[in-house]
Amino acid sequence: MSKTVENKTVVFTPERVAKAQEIIARYPADRQKSALLPLLHLLQEQEGWTSPEGMDYVARLLDIQPIEVYEVATFYTMYHIDPVGQHVIEYCRTGPCCLMGGEDVLAHLKHRLGIDTGQTTVDGRFTLKEVECLAACGMGPVFQIREKYYMNLTNERVDEIIDELSK
Amino acid sequence: MATKILTEHINVPGIETFDVYRKQGGYTAVEKALKTMTPDEIVEEVKKAGVRGRGGAGFPMGMKWSFLAKPEGVPRYLVCNADESEPGTFKDHYLMKNLPHLLIEGMIVSSFALGANKSFIYVRGELMYVIRILEKAIAEAEAKGFLGKNILGTGYDLELVVQPGGGAYICGEETALLESLEGKRGNPRNKPPFPAVKGLYQCPTVVNNVESIATTSWIVNNGGDAYAAIGIGRSTGTKLISASGHINKPGVYEIELGVPVEDFIYADEWCGGIRTGHKFKALVAGGSSVPILPANLALTLANGEKRLMSYESLSDGGFATGTMLGSGGFIVFDETSCIVRNTWNFSRFYHHESCGQCSPCREGTGWMEKVLHRIEYGHGHQQDIDLLVDVAKKIEGNTICPLGDAAAWPVASAIRHFRDEFQWHIDNPSEATQPGAVYRGEMALV
Repeated sequence: MSKTVENKTVVFTPERVAKAQEIIARYPADRQKSALLPLLHLLQEQEGWTSPEGMDYVARLLDIQPIEVYEVATFYTMYHIDPVGQHVIEYCRTGPCCLMGGEDVLAHLKHRLGIDTGQTTVDGRFTLKEVECLAACGMGPVFQIREKYYMNLTNERVDEIIDELSK
Repeated sequence: MATKILTEHINVPGIETFDVYRKQGGYTAVEKALKTMTPDEIVEEVKKAGVRGRGGAGFPMGMKWSFLAKPEGVPRYLVCNADESEPGTFKDHYLMKNLPHLLIEGMIVSSFALGANKSFIYVRGELMYVIRILEKAIAEAEAKGFLGKNILGTGYDLELVVQPGGGAYICGEETALLESLEGKRGNPRNKPPFPAVKGLYQCPTVVNNVESIATTSWIVNNGGDAYAAIGIGRSTGTKLISASGHINKPGVYEIELGVPVEDFIYADEWCGGIRTGHKFKALVAGGSSVPILPANLALTLANGEKRLMSYESLSDGGFATGTMLGSGGFIVFDETSCIVRNTWNFSRFYHHESCGQCSPCREGTGWMEKVLHRIEYGHGHQQDIDLLVDVAKKIEGNTICPLGDAAAWPVASAIRHFRDEFQWHIDNPSEATQPGAVYRGEMALV
């Protein structure tokens, strides 16, 4: 499993407990495991990443084995199974974005942040991940930070975004 | 002006809200279907319409619906496949973001037709902001009595659930999607049994693409025959095409099937021509998995006639000189594009997204990626081109889901049509690895 930064017990905030219960109730009886992906999103929203302790907590909520959570979390690219920085930049590296100059913009972004793919800046502010197609091909190059899409990227636009998020 | 079935009102301000959508004639299909039609009558209209699955496979939707098993005492499910992850394809993203109620209305009508009381919209997790839009729209429809218990007093109940995925292309394959929806890894299931017999929770299930479901409201309102009158031959109706790459106007366009490819690329109404000052080199017509075509074959059939935007015309000539309409992910390449680099890029995508369940795909996609990488970076061997063809052949048809085929076709077709470009990379490594270097040899640019 991934490295642990600190051993702490993860518990959802009361609002997230209520949300988790609402999500679990959507599925037929005995099919509560269907709530696993949505709950992992909830976990990551709270903790910033899907920590081992958090996954254990989700397993208890769903009354399933922890391994069932680990095997799912490691399959899907959106779950960060290692600690990440404050802002995770998920950069699309796929064909159509590259046709629009995506590789050059990515090189600029790496240079600007001083990190390579998969790394986090020393100040802990940014983590860079390269992902496959974000379904915004006509507006490439594109990256995503949390729920926001940043499209039609240029080197200048990247600088503006990083400046803004560095404040 | 071409007929617009899905996007007619897309530019109306506030169309994402219930009230504005309703004012534009929204939800009349729910009223008509639930109050005046039987489920079988709706299925019949969809069959008459001849609408084919818009996710890429092109399987007739009405026929898929009629396969649904109907055992007593077992729930049935409708699952909307909104896991749009095929490179080049972004039409469902556009549709859901701008017209959430169009999808919800289609879900209600389709669920009623199939006898489902709980339906799911499985959206790729990356589109969390779209999920919020859909959830808001569902709450609105519920508040107005179009969803939930006893819809419009007809006695029909429907609960609609939006499910976020976790970021995996394979979850667009219908059985992998069902596995994911059950809270597991997205590993495709062996078929048979097909989802129509044993799908979600081992119950009869229909899985349809966003665009397919969105058409059902129009079909209910106007009739299947009216839908079938649009388009050409067995390619009935309209299709959303998401256009990207080296064109002047990238975007999502709704076309009547049968428009010439040439018109679609060059007319101002659509792509607005190849990027100014450049020439047309190649086309991927239906998302990254379909065979790439050089410009001349993209525009004309082998017999010299114009190629049309339809299932039949695009696949005319088979894999020798044709391609597929697929999901409508239309990627245009001009002469500055390196086919080897692009093929490597697509190959990396399929390697990354293979679920790893079948050996030919798990091993083969990685193998192709590695060989393409070494050709692109100037370390190719003379036998590499034939090796790629061989590996692609050994993946194709030998996996339980079509991801293997999807990985093999771009490689096989790129070599079929652009073999000299691969050869040039192998013969001239120092030149080919210069930044921005592109083969300028014998090429049919348009």
